Amino acid sequence: MFEKSVAELGRALIAREVSAVELARLFLERIESHGHLNAFRDVRPEVTLSQARAADVRIAKGDVTPLTGVPIAHKDIFVTRDFYSTASSRILENYMSPFDATIVEKLGDAGMVSLGKLNCDEFAMGSSNENSYYGKVLNPWDKSAVPGGSSGGSAAAVAARITPAATATDTGGSIREPAAFSGVTGIKPTYGRASRWGMIAFASSLDQAGIMTRSAEDAALVFNAMLGFDSKDSTSVDRVAEDYTRSLNLNLEGMRIGVPKEFFGEGLQADVEKAVREALAEYVKLGARLVDISLPNAALGIPVYYVIAPAECSSNLSRFDGVRYGHRTTHNGDLIDMIKKSRSEGFGPEPKRRILIGTYVLSHGYYDAYYIQAQKVRRIIADEFQRAFRECDLIAGPVTTSVAFGFGEKAADPVSMYLSDLYTIPGSLAGIPGMSIPCGFGAKNRPVGLQLMANYFDEARLLGAAHRYQQATDWHLRAPPAAKK
Amino acid sequence: MALTLSDVKRIAHLARIEVTDAEAGQALGQLNDIFKLIEQLQSVDTTGIEPMSHPLGGSQRLREDRADTPENRDANMMNAPKQQDGFFLVPKVIE
Repeated sequence: MFEKSVAELGRALIAREVSAVELARLFLERIESHGHLNAFRDVRPEVTLSQARAADVRIAKGDVTPLTGVPIAHKDIFVTRDFYSTASSRILENYMSPFDATIVEKLGDAGMVSLGKLNCDEFAMGSSNENSYYGKVLNPWDKSAVPGGSSGGSAAAVAARITPAATATDTGGSIREPAAFSGVTGIKPTYGRASRWGMIAFASSLDQAGIMTRSAEDAALVFNAMLGFDSKDSTSVDRVAEDYTRSLNLNLEGMRIGVPKEFFGEGLQADVEKAVREALAEYVKLGARLVDISLPNAALGIPVYYVIAPAECSSNLSRFDGVRYGHRTTHNGDLIDMIKKSRSEGFGPEPKRRILIGTYVLSHGYYDAYYIQAQKVRRIIADEFQRAFRECDLIAGPVTTSVAFGFGEKAADPVSMYLSDLYTIPGSLAGIPGMSIPCGFGAKNRPVGLQLMANYFDEARLLGAAHRYQQATDWHLRAPPAAKK
Repeated sequence: MALTLSDVKRIAHLARIEVTDAEAGQALGQLNDIFKLIEQLQSVDTTGIEPMSHPLGGSQRLREDRADTPENRDANMMNAPKQQDGFFLVPKVIE
């Protein structure tokens, strides 16, 4: 049963082949037996079972959605009333939110049953999940490899079949990179599609929630309940609701897939390139046509990102002062001492590093030279995508330069860690939807992801193209050894 | 452009983060590496380009100007490290 997809579980629940309580028990047991992965941060069986009982009541009354009774777990960056909300930081240790994030609420309204909160990099800052105050998450495919980050717990939990779906967030690649490293399907929608209300802020002009599942079909089903306008989020896009499953049987005949030459240059490892080229060849077999495109300034995405994201982070994280909530030092001192010590004790090295960079680039005399200049180059990159989309319908390429790296390999050198997001950051800066789908295995039998990107609001086509590939291949169905028990 | 140790300490003070000399020294090397990466932006010609502050542009949406029920005070204060009579407590600031 734990191998079944979201779609299959939803149908089995409606057909009364299984109850929501039985499913909740099954996955709670799996969370416990896979505790060594450290994917979960907070689990409360009584909360989960109570939600499952409510779902069973709805099913008995016929008040159902395709998701009623299906389990899900939430990245610990979304605030929740019933579980700790810590952003994997010491500064929010034991924090209980007075409200649920809009996305948590919407998925709960659809009848999904929450299994708990998932480990991630502190404040979603990282590419390996090594930055969590609560310990690293192991990659279910290979325990010596990172699961990717920042949504490492989400990726590991979906890969190990501990949950059929997990929410995640993507600021510069934090859904796509862990999805690629852990061999699952992950998608971030167009900026503004998913409510940011109750999503602990890192870089507000980039942060966007998405979902990890094992298939594109499942992601489309969850998107139907998860996305949409929210008056509580000032950057939420007000558009009519749409059915994200409507293009799953997309005809790929004649579809133009743009292949950016900059994504196949220096740094791309041969094993990843081979798997990605084979995936592109599969699309040609399905009727699509490959088009050479160019995103000449894509590589500047990294320096742009490491100005804008830290600038916004230094502003967003200024709210943590040890006064209203969060960690407070026990040292005696005046108000400024108290704030400085509380922040110093509460934040880990990566948030501190980014706060310092951000504070500097926003400071007097450097604002124009760094911050405004970065925003201008951001537009150059976004415009290049728009030019590319005149020649193609979708863009495809690798998600990462290599398969998952080992623990400690990049942790001591922030710049090498930052380069992990070379291919994912450009799409984040533009704000377009992007996804990663499993497309094979590389060195040490670690998974490889294929990145697909679409223009603004074109998620249904993106999901359709991914679904067609998943109908023709079975990479997304491969399970790591850790999942079989 | 390279930062000095006193720059790091000044920025840390502005950011309200306490750093020891050892931490500042370690941060210095890492921040300078990151600034080397960021320096690439200086050579890009951005004449006539509008800064992009938001992916979809446009103006900030404002809600209708009407009174709304505030969130529950007790719930909003339940995570306060120190409080008394519905107020947040901080170290004394006025003698």
